[in-house]
Amino acid sequence: MILENFDFAVITGSIPFLWKGLQVSFYLTFLALIGGIIFGTILALMRVSNFKILSFISMTYVNFLRSMPLILVIFWFFFLVPLVIGRPIGGFYSAVIAFTMFEAAYYSEIIRAGLSSVSRNQISAARATGLSYSQSMIYIILPQAFRNMVPILLTQAVILFQDTSLVYVVSLRDFMTTTVIVAQSQSRLVEMYLFAAIVYFIICFAFSFMIKKLQNKRLAS
Amino acid sequence: MIELKNVSKWYEKFKVLDNCSIKIEKSDVMVICGPSGSGKSTLIKCINGLEPFQEGEIFVDGTKVNDSKTNLNHLRSKIGMVFQNFELYPHMNVLKNISLSQIKVLNRSKDEANEKSMKLLDRVGLKEHYSKFPAQLSGGQQQRVAIARALAMDPIAMLFDEPTSALDPEMINEVLDVMIELAQDGMTMAVVTHEMGFARKVADKILFMDEGRIEETADKSNFFNNPQSDRTRLFLSKILTH
Repeated sequence: MILENFDFAVITGSIPFLWKGLQVSFYLTFLALIGGIIFGTILALMRVSNFKILSFISMTYVNFLRSMPLILVIFWFFFLVPLVIGRPIGGFYSAVIAFTMFEAAYYSEIIRAGLSSVSRNQISAARATGLSYSQSMIYIILPQAFRNMVPILLTQAVILFQDTSLVYVVSLRDFMTTTVIVAQSQSRLVEMYLFAAIVYFIICFAFSFMIKKLQNKRLAS
Repeated sequence: MIELKNVSKWYEKFKVLDNCSIKIEKSDVMVICGPSGSGKSTLIKCINGLEPFQEGEIFVDGTKVNDSKTNLNHLRSKIGMVFQNFELYPHMNVLKNISLSQIKVLNRSKDEANEKSMKLLDRVGLKEHYSKFPAQLSGGQQQRVAIARALAMDPIAMLFDEPTSALDPEMINEVLDVMIELAQDGMTMAVVTHEMGFARKVADKILFMDEGRIEETADKSNFFNNPQSDRTRLFLSKILTH
């Protein structure tokens, strides 16, 4: 049988190393998700604001970033950030910044759609009681917008998790990179890439499944 | 108390308000009626600055609404408004709906605000529903909460934008009763409505609008018994036949 030539012990032997890599992937996803949502919210608020200049800046930023391949953005920040701040900050933080900036462009579009899903009369009602524009946004509009957006934001988070594997290009030791390191040093490419595929599949599928459950629950209520 | 002088408003080229002038004295109830699309809702939304307008002046309690120096947030906090579709905040329970602006705008403490909210909920007959969410209430109940929310700011005047037209018939009276009580307590009110029974009972003045123009402003008895404009007569004959 073909599997006889394979040695899956290479996986068990390198579990601690791979686990460290997976933790880096999770941590990167988590930070970029938080950063992306915060920055994306700011971009979306700029976009819907009455100040034409803010709206224009946001639109330009979003369109520009969405026209760039992610891998280029990762390279860019890896080389650019140390140049700007004058000292190296390492692959991890440059990747966090790159993903935050990149994801924010996508999140802002999602959040903008979420904002417009809330009835305009809600803001009239809030403002009629004397709340300022920003108070109305913070207490009335954004909470409702986010509630409507949760499933799609989480779906985007799954894509983000997959995309973090691209940090391989700046040698950051995430799960993908550690897998490659083991595969190449032990010359067990097939076993390791198969293993990586299974791990990515289980995590992403489980998460997507949870999102679907959540969506069904919301539809039912 | 509330005065509009020659207010005109355009959406692009379409004139929605045409040279409208109104005066509402303190404790007066003004009912505004007219066919849909005649500009009634737009008119009352100009009073608290929710709708901008291009010409004319509006004064509320001596403050000019269309003046860039006017603090509109402060002015709005003194004018209660009730909307056609209630517009309660769906993500907050009833109590929080009523307390939020008391805390954020009037800087009341949370306890103080909640106490006031409970008092008002009692007044509109919904005390036991304080912890429910808007979706758990009927339309009539939601509108009464919305009235309580507006009253919580201790307004000097109240604006009602078709408060009963989104309600099932059997719920209209519970809302009108609250409004009638308010009127009898001396609240200054501007009410856009087709409820002529309400108008007969508490209106001091009735205003009829058509195509952005104020066709007729009259005392209650004159309006019903001796309307001056043909357009008003036609309108009344249509809505008072049954």
